[in-house]
Amino acid sequence: MFRYFVQRLLVMVPTLIVISIAIFVIIQAPPGDFLESYISELQSQGEAVDPAKIEFLRRTYGLDLPLYMQYLKWAGGLLQGNLGYSFEHSLPVNEVVGDRLSLTVVVSLASILFVWVVSFPIAVYSAVRQYSIGDYFFTFLGYIGLATPSFLFALILLYFAKEYFDISIGGLMEPQYMDAPWSWAKFQSILSHLWIPVLVIGLPGTAGMIRRLRANLLDELNKQYVVTGRAKGLPPGRLLVKYPLRVSLNPFIADIGSLLPELISGSVIVSVVMSLPLTGPMLLDALRSQDMYLAGSFLMFMAFLTVLGVFISDILLALLDPRIRLGAGATK
Amino acid sequence: MDRSAQPPRMQSHESLRGDALDGNLLVVRGLKIAFDLDTGMLEAVRGIDFRVPHGKTVALVGESGSGKSVVAQAIMGILPKIARISAGQILFDRSTSALGARNGNGAKLNGGAIIDIAREPRNGPVMRSIRGGAISIIFQEPMTSLSPVHTIGDQIGEALQLHRKVSSREASELVMEMLRLVGFPDPQRGFKTYPFELSGGLRQRAMIAMALICRPTLLIADEPTTALDVTIQAQILKLMIDLQKELQMALLLITHDLGVVANVADEIVVMYHGEVMESGTLEDLFQAPEHPYLQALLRAVPRFGMAPGERLTPIREIPVTEGKMFAEKKPWPEGAGLGAPLLLVENVSKSFSIRKGGFFGGDEKQVVAVDDVSFEVKRGECLGLVGESGCGKTTLSKIIMRALTPDTGRVLFNEGSRLVETLKLKGNDLQEFRKRIQFVFQDPMGSLNPRMSVFDIITEPLVIHNVGTRREREEIAKELMALVGLDMRHLRRYPHSFSGGQRQRIGIARAIALRPDIVICDEPVSALDVSIQAQILNLLKDLQQKLGLTYIFISHNLAVVEYIADRIMVMCAGRLVEMAPADRLFQNPVHPYTRALLAAVPDPSLTCRLNFDRLMEGKASIPSAWPAPFTIDPDRRPGMVEVYDGHWVRAGIDVRSAA
Repeated sequence: MFRYFVQRLLVMVPTLIVISIAIFVIIQAPPGDFLESYISELQSQGEAVDPAKIEFLRRTYGLDLPLYMQYLKWAGGLLQGNLGYSFEHSLPVNEVVGDRLSLTVVVSLASILFVWVVSFPIAVYSAVRQYSIGDYFFTFLGYIGLATPSFLFALILLYFAKEYFDISIGGLMEPQYMDAPWSWAKFQSILSHLWIPVLVIGLPGTAGMIRRLRANLLDELNKQYVVTGRAKGLPPGRLLVKYPLRVSLNPFIADIGSLLPELISGSVIVSVVMSLPLTGPMLLDALRSQDMYLAGSFLMFMAFLTVLGVFISDILLALLDPRIRLGAGATK
Repeated sequence: MDRSAQPPRMQSHESLRGDALDGNLLVVRGLKIAFDLDTGMLEAVRGIDFRVPHGKTVALVGESGSGKSVVAQAIMGILPKIARISAGQILFDRSTSALGARNGNGAKLNGGAIIDIAREPRNGPVMRSIRGGAISIIFQEPMTSLSPVHTIGDQIGEALQLHRKVSSREASELVMEMLRLVGFPDPQRGFKTYPFELSGGLRQRAMIAMALICRPTLLIADEPTTALDVTIQAQILKLMIDLQKELQMALLLITHDLGVVANVADEIVVMYHGEVMESGTLEDLFQAPEHPYLQALLRAVPRFGMAPGERLTPIREIPVTEGKMFAEKKPWPEGAGLGAPLLLVENVSKSFSIRKGGFFGGDEKQVVAVDDVSFEVKRGECLGLVGESGCGKTTLSKIIMRALTPDTGRVLFNEGSRLVETLKLKGNDLQEFRKRIQFVFQDPMGSLNPRMSVFDIITEPLVIHNVGTRREREEIAKELMALVGLDMRHLRRYPHSFSGGQRQRIGIARAIALRPDIVICDEPVSALDVSIQAQILNLLKDLQQKLGLTYIFISHNLAVVEYIADRIMVMCAGRLVEMAPADRLFQNPVHPYTRALLAAVPDPSLTCRLNFDRLMEGKASIPSAWPAPFTIDPDRRPGMVEVYDGHWVRAGIDVRSAA
């Protein structure tokens, strides 16, 4: 097990290197760089462009260097925790991201928690009482949740809140706390605003999770070992939790790999619609304006989280499922 | 045998209504079970009566669909949700169960000593204490009936702790004792293993340990050995008989294998379509079966020592009709009979490397699946290939098909005018060779594409090899359907609407569509019911006659092989150990492995019962444990020796004097 752990860790290194190269190449792929779009913007505003200043900027940010040097400089910075410099905001990337990252993590974690807490009992109920009225009701609700685009749901919520309660539910806190330092009042304000984005972002995930867990559990419920458990005299509740539920959890642990990067990039549209100060819209802007270090560092961070997530879920799976840990397949 | 005890249907219901069950542990009376299906109510069990006396073995016999498993589920209270008991009683005497005895008196038992299981709520406390406590069950499939993610010890210990108040340390000691009792070589290790780490036989032993850990008074065994190899089957049967004596419990054995019944049962209940056809003692029923159904069932089972040319009589005969295209034997090509066999396999070996011992770690291990195998197949014969699972039969058949490439050796195929080396064939030649050799698979469900109609399935080989126009193919398909005994109006149907036996017919039709020379049948009847087996075996025999086919017939069932094969090869651990004409092999087996195999087959007759004491406890298939001159180990690698005309044995040269 320990050996597996170390090996899986080591495999992450070349993976991340390859990803970083890919990210860098893709960011560089469109013609031109940030300075060129900056110049054309200045020109369109009728301002004179001082070639000397451009040359100075170019040299300062290393844009005159060959590509591989630019890459090495960027990657080297990443290793030291220096995410680079955002041209658009004229600030180091770390500072640009600032609060947004922690807020994003809060919102996303709350959404994930919401998804799990709501979907689990419903899914188990739906599976155990298959084709009951309750099952049909939740199935119907689930389809609506799956089929409604979350931004539409967000718009509807915004409209009704304004129309009937005359409150603005956009944003993540009262405007006065926007750039204020952290305080108890700010925290409370966030908490009171949090539930709406969590509801909007979490709903499709909840619906999908209910369907998947229900299907998994239904498969497991019909397995022979469940009958064996009943034949032992196990009470239904204990039987359900110990055997089929446990086996049907595997896909969710495997899901962690894709959950982590979604923390950062997820729900861009909802964030834009509800004007949430999260990282999603910022990534979108950075990609559009070729703010390469900001975009690149974002993408790299997401890639890192993906790799880390897969690693965590692999380890958890191995811990939970002896068939993976002890290498089934050799015997059938 | 206590002859005074009559089957319960002979007694008036009134006399049993009291508390005593006349010395019986379980009495089933007028039991009716109905399934609530979309299409309406289906009565799976239609008013049956039988009893299980204390400490005796009662066999419930019948084909699949006869309702025998449903009866077992009803007794355990584990019927599926859509099934319900519509009438009748299942009376069970709890007074002698270990639980009742431990409580000191039967009066403490909730609801009295005798309860009617049919009336108890399925998941109520009474039923839960009976399940696993007083009545236990073991199932057919030892792999799927154990949870894959819990250790053996955990699963067995759970059953114990549900019914008895013991500390977890006591529990694990008791579990290990039980594992030792059911024959785990290392109980301490076995306690911590997961089901997938064990062989099928050990898994079934674990299942038995789990069922018996609470010392039930009744054990229900639902096809306990059907999924196991014949030598393992004999060991498990022996184990069950021994434990039954030791724990003094009654056994309700559910099976379709009359051979098993003849060897272990005291009484028999024969079921057909949800009704009891006949019941009585083993001797009565086997010596003078009265009911036509039981007589028919006995005639449908292949058994040892059938007269040459004797034919099995299926319970339902399926008529076949011949058309013009498949009416005649394909003429053998020029020079085919001239000495050279149809297929020649020379020194073929194949090994696989598997990774063991978990992730990345552990070492690569070479497993020899086929080890230096040489044999020949004559045109028009049926060569039986026998061995336990994992002995390399299927690998060998794939090499012959050229679906696998052997590491060494060669396979020669006689095209009539020339011998071709199949491993060197390419392009058109290979395509031609593929037409000559076809395959019938074991699993009639998995080998047919559920999204193709029967017509598409049968004509697919013709399409692949560009045979005929569409209209001609239609003609051929119709004729094939008639030839294998299917209704040609069903050509547009899809596989799911056919039964297992019918699906196997479709598979056979597909295999002969191209008029091949050789058909390899890989366990074609092992997934089928006894009565269907006879149909398919007869069909295969007739087709061989009519079309002049050559078969390589792979099976682990020796009686089946004896019925159909002219010559038999026995394989063990990748090696050929014995090869002889069928009658000679069965009358005069030389190799210890062949003898062990033959000794382990339960015969459906009372005259030659299994000698359980003579079983080589699991050692029969270990080459280094064979006595000289058969021993195979790093020092001794004997070759094949001809001991008699056409009878070859892998042994040292001095075997000739012994044989």
